[in-house]
Amino acid sequence: MISISMCERLTANTGFHFSSQVGDNLETEFSGFSVPLEHSFEVDDVAKFRVRGALVLKAGREPSVSLSQNQLSEDDRTKLKEVAAVDGLYRIRVPRVFLQADRQTERQMEGYLTAFVRACAMVESHLSDVISLHTDVSGYLIGVSIVTLPGACRGTEVEDEVDLEVFNTTLSIMAPVNAPGPETALFLERMEQESEKKGKNPQEQKSFFAKYWMYIVPLVLFLMMSGAQDQSGGGAGSGAANGGGR
Amino acid sequence: MAKLILLWLKCVVLWATVEAVFEDQVGKFDWRQQYVGKVRFSHFDTHVQSSKKVLVATERNVFAALNTRTGELFWRHVDKTGSEGNIDALLQHGQDAVLVVGNGRLLRSWEINVGGLNWEVVLDSGSFQSACLVGQQDMVKHVAVLKKTAISVHYLSNGHQKWIENLPETETVDYQAVYSDGNGEVYVLGVVPHSHITIVVYSMEDGEIIKQVNMSVEAPWLSNIQASCVVVGQGMLTCVDSAGVSFYMLDLHLQLQMTQVPLQSLALEVDPGFHPVLLSHQPNLARQPLSEFFLQLGPDHYQLLQLNNGQIAAMRDFKPVTVWLLKHLLTSRAVEENLRKFNSVFQLYVQAFLKKDDSVGYRAMVQTEDHTLTFIQQPGRVMWTREEALSDVVTMEMVDLPLTGTQAELEGEFGKKADGLMSMVMKRLSSQLILLQAWIGHLWKLFYDARKPRSQVKNDVTIENLSRDEFNLQKMMVMVTASGKLFGIDSKTGGILWRHYLDNVPPNAAFKLMVQRTTAHFPHPPQCTLLIKDKDTGLATLHVFNPIFGKKSHVTPPALPQPILQSLMLPLMDQDYAKVLLLVDDQYKVSAFPSTKNVLQQLQEMAASIFFYLVDSSQGRLSGFRLRTDLSTEQIWEVIIPPEVQKIVSVKGKRPNEHVHSQGRVMGDRSVLYKYLNPNLLAVVTESTDLHQERSFIGILLIDGVTGRIIHEAVQRKARGPVHVVHSENWVVYEYWSTKSRRNEFSVIELYEGMELYNSTVFSSLDRPHAPQVLQQSYIFPSSISTMEATLTEKGITSRHLLIGLPSGGILSLPKMFLDPRRPEIVSEQSREENLIPYAPELLIRTEWFINYNQTVSRVRGIYTAPSGLESTCLVVAYGLDIYQTRVYPSKQFDVLKDDYDYMLISSVLFALFFATMISKRLAEVKLLNRAWR
Repeated sequence: MISISMCERLTANTGFHFSSQVGDNLETEFSGFSVPLEHSFEVDDVAKFRVRGALVLKAGREPSVSLSQNQLSEDDRTKLKEVAAVDGLYRIRVPRVFLQADRQTERQMEGYLTAFVRACAMVESHLSDVISLHTDVSGYLIGVSIVTLPGACRGTEVEDEVDLEVFNTTLSIMAPVNAPGPETALFLERMEQESEKKGKNPQEQKSFFAKYWMYIVPLVLFLMMSGAQDQSGGGAGSGAANGGGR
Repeated sequence: MAKLILLWLKCVVLWATVEAVFEDQVGKFDWRQQYVGKVRFSHFDTHVQSSKKVLVATERNVFAALNTRTGELFWRHVDKTGSEGNIDALLQHGQDAVLVVGNGRLLRSWEINVGGLNWEVVLDSGSFQSACLVGQQDMVKHVAVLKKTAISVHYLSNGHQKWIENLPETETVDYQAVYSDGNGEVYVLGVVPHSHITIVVYSMEDGEIIKQVNMSVEAPWLSNIQASCVVVGQGMLTCVDSAGVSFYMLDLHLQLQMTQVPLQSLALEVDPGFHPVLLSHQPNLARQPLSEFFLQLGPDHYQLLQLNNGQIAAMRDFKPVTVWLLKHLLTSRAVEENLRKFNSVFQLYVQAFLKKDDSVGYRAMVQTEDHTLTFIQQPGRVMWTREEALSDVVTMEMVDLPLTGTQAELEGEFGKKADGLMSMVMKRLSSQLILLQAWIGHLWKLFYDARKPRSQVKNDVTIENLSRDEFNLQKMMVMVTASGKLFGIDSKTGGILWRHYLDNVPPNAAFKLMVQRTTAHFPHPPQCTLLIKDKDTGLATLHVFNPIFGKKSHVTPPALPQPILQSLMLPLMDQDYAKVLLLVDDQYKVSAFPSTKNVLQQLQEMAASIFFYLVDSSQGRLSGFRLRTDLSTEQIWEVIIPPEVQKIVSVKGKRPNEHVHSQGRVMGDRSVLYKYLNPNLLAVVTESTDLHQERSFIGILLIDGVTGRIIHEAVQRKARGPVHVVHSENWVVYEYWSTKSRRNEFSVIELYEGMELYNSTVFSSLDRPHAPQVLQQSYIFPSSISTMEATLTEKGITSRHLLIGLPSGGILSLPKMFLDPRRPEIVSEQSREENLIPYAPELLIRTEWFINYNQTVSRVRGIYTAPSGLESTCLVVAYGLDIYQTRVYPSKQFDVLKDDYDYMLISSVLFALFFATMISKRLAEVKLLNRAWR
């Protein structure tokens, strides 16, 4: 696989300002609304999208999604197998929608979001696919992804036509997760706990000097006394010598 | 437990070891070059005869003094970027240089000997028009600053304002120039465009208006005084109209009427389409300007004129002026060639001085179109050149140097086709002989050099003796600058080995430099391709060159008539070992370079596995394409991020030459956590359009570039850009500004497959159904950052560091270990076993982490990292206003013996041991024999 790229830094000039509508409409009752889920698989790889099923989206704080879809017809099954034989693509697409809008007209937007898997993976997994819809912070649908389980194309023949009749779809809708900030509170708590632990054991807190002052002070005093005696003796001697010199 | 403590201690000791350089290593592995940028104003320091300074103020907001003998910097002051630090005017008097900065916001005076600041005053608001020094009784004591609505006069000694006066009738009159000739008056010249000239005369003493002339001086042809007028001689305002028909003269002291003198009466003719320009000179600011002045008639054509009793007389014609200067002032062919080699002269600063024998000498500083400063002294000697284009490096690559001649010859032997057993044997023998000869020669040189004192041994690198060193630590840095000049720089010394100026580069071009063929394919020369794209039209051109010698390749690049959307380097090679470059135009058609039959055939075979993506940030559209066998493309996925909510600011993939040595991380319980190593993963960063501090956010999207699958989607709330991102291995590190806490924060995302690999042999984006585990953690960083990059080594065994360019000019090498989302909140036995550092919310900046010690790198814009032949060593180049090259060792030099390694000790110990064993063996034998006899 190769995907190397030069990112084009084009300056976005958004004419109007987006006004947040996230919080306003939470209380209003949302009945789900449905959008078509379309798919395309052609031998010549020119996309011709047909309806695969209907996605029922429910907006709200935790958006949910459900899917009702048809079985693959006899013709489609043979076509899918043909496409798989030439290593074609199985594509799906979903219209762009805005989940948080309360009116149908506002929900639909221009354009589609598309994704693909290899058709052979679709066949070999017996139509078990995982479709996830991704929304952004404000509830716009930004992307769709499809993978099959298992994902590999091993070239195994699917004999039983029945296996290719019914889609076994796992569907999910995902909003962005909140990235964590620096965990200062927990860290401070831990620091406090540690200092408390230390505080509990006051014996350890005491320094060497604090512990043994009763031994050190007499020792130092003794040393000073003996030293002072020496010094005073010496001083007297030198004083005498000086005096003698004069 | 004891073991654990020991381990812990070891870790602590490991981290605590100082990574900085030793004092005697300064400058051994690193170098720095300081630049000033394109010169806007320049003054020769002439107040002392022996002075060897030239002052320059540049478009990069730098004010500096250059040594006229060597071209080195005496001192340099780097101001803020953008209009805030923009230098509007440079005036010099004696030891003081006065700068007007930031559209008349600040007035600064510098002491030019040491570059110290004398004083700085903040001026009243208002857009800057002009400034001049004002003299009185042969002494220059004041500086006058003219703004749109006011004029102020400041003392030169301390910057205090002497007086400030509002200008009359500023609604209609556009005041543009200020002039003084030392008679105690300041003339402010204004114009009502296409109508008349206004002159206001202020008294120097108190700012009182002495005289005001209005309406009477008709000048319907005039719109810009500074562009078309000068003051000449006894205060005669002399103008020339833009059409170049006539002179207009006005006596500033009398202000009666403009007298018109047609150019034709002087037999002068302006080049068609050229706006004539006047030049005059005022050698002493307290006196009147000279009565001789220049009229520029064409781009390279000047006429010297003289004003005498109100009459203009033509004196001498200089055409072409640059050649004239070179021929007559600086008679030398060397100079001429040096300048001719590059293109036209842009700016010329000439200093005339009296030589010891009372003849006139000249020095000239020439700035050419490619931003080269050349300093020439009269006998025709080029004293020095400075490549100021290097102050604006846009992109760079490091290319391996070629092998030595003998090595190359050896390679050549094996490269050729086999012809018979006997000749092959002979060839092999001869090449072995050559090698032996080279080796003996090398030994001899080593022996010879060892006897000489170290300072005498000099290995000057020139383009002839370039060769790869033992560990591939010396490379060729190919740098592309915004002016369109390419440089080849030796990474060891920083010497410029070649330069090439591309003169057809549009001013707002985007560059992308690619290495198509490395030096590894002798005898084919290495080949680099530079894609130059006009940002407005999208039209692109290719420049193909040899990165070692800088010569343009004889391979003709394809003409690109369509705007180019995307370019990608494929790992495919043609029969000459050049990698294939794919260019996608706005019709989504693909063209290949080189496009030989072989390449097209390979492309057809590989087409099904060549995917690419396009980003259109204005519409928030990310789309993926696949190549068809007929080299057309088809769109296969599309993700649309509504630009009303957030805009895409950067898309980062991984570096193609990155190696990851270890597939997983060993956990405390000896199980393995496998990394999610998707080479096609893209990190897309978005910023919210809503900039309110409560609602602004930053979005991080991890998208597979082949399938368009969104692997992970996260938002950092209450955050704002600019965002700096590094994407490598299985992690993404980004830095942002937290609006809530008002601080810079780092966040790291790591992706793991889990405890078992899905497919351990090969990674395919099309067959990885399980989403990876995502771990994320954030930290506080105590500084803002300018740029960020990760270290890169040959095999990826060495641990990674992040190289962070700080605005302070430091380059910080931050171990990635500190940015690890698995850092535990609570220390457990297992995390200790894994050597994880307990979580602390703040990342500290340790001074020993600065890899550039005291070598400040101003305005770092980018950091480039390249692997060397040593696994432990990564080559680093930081560029901005300065260029700094060094090496970093993220895991210490584990594969290199230290400089002070004691060979004597180890060999003597070895010998001693050897002899000891021999002797003891002998003794043991004797003993055995004796025992046997017993």
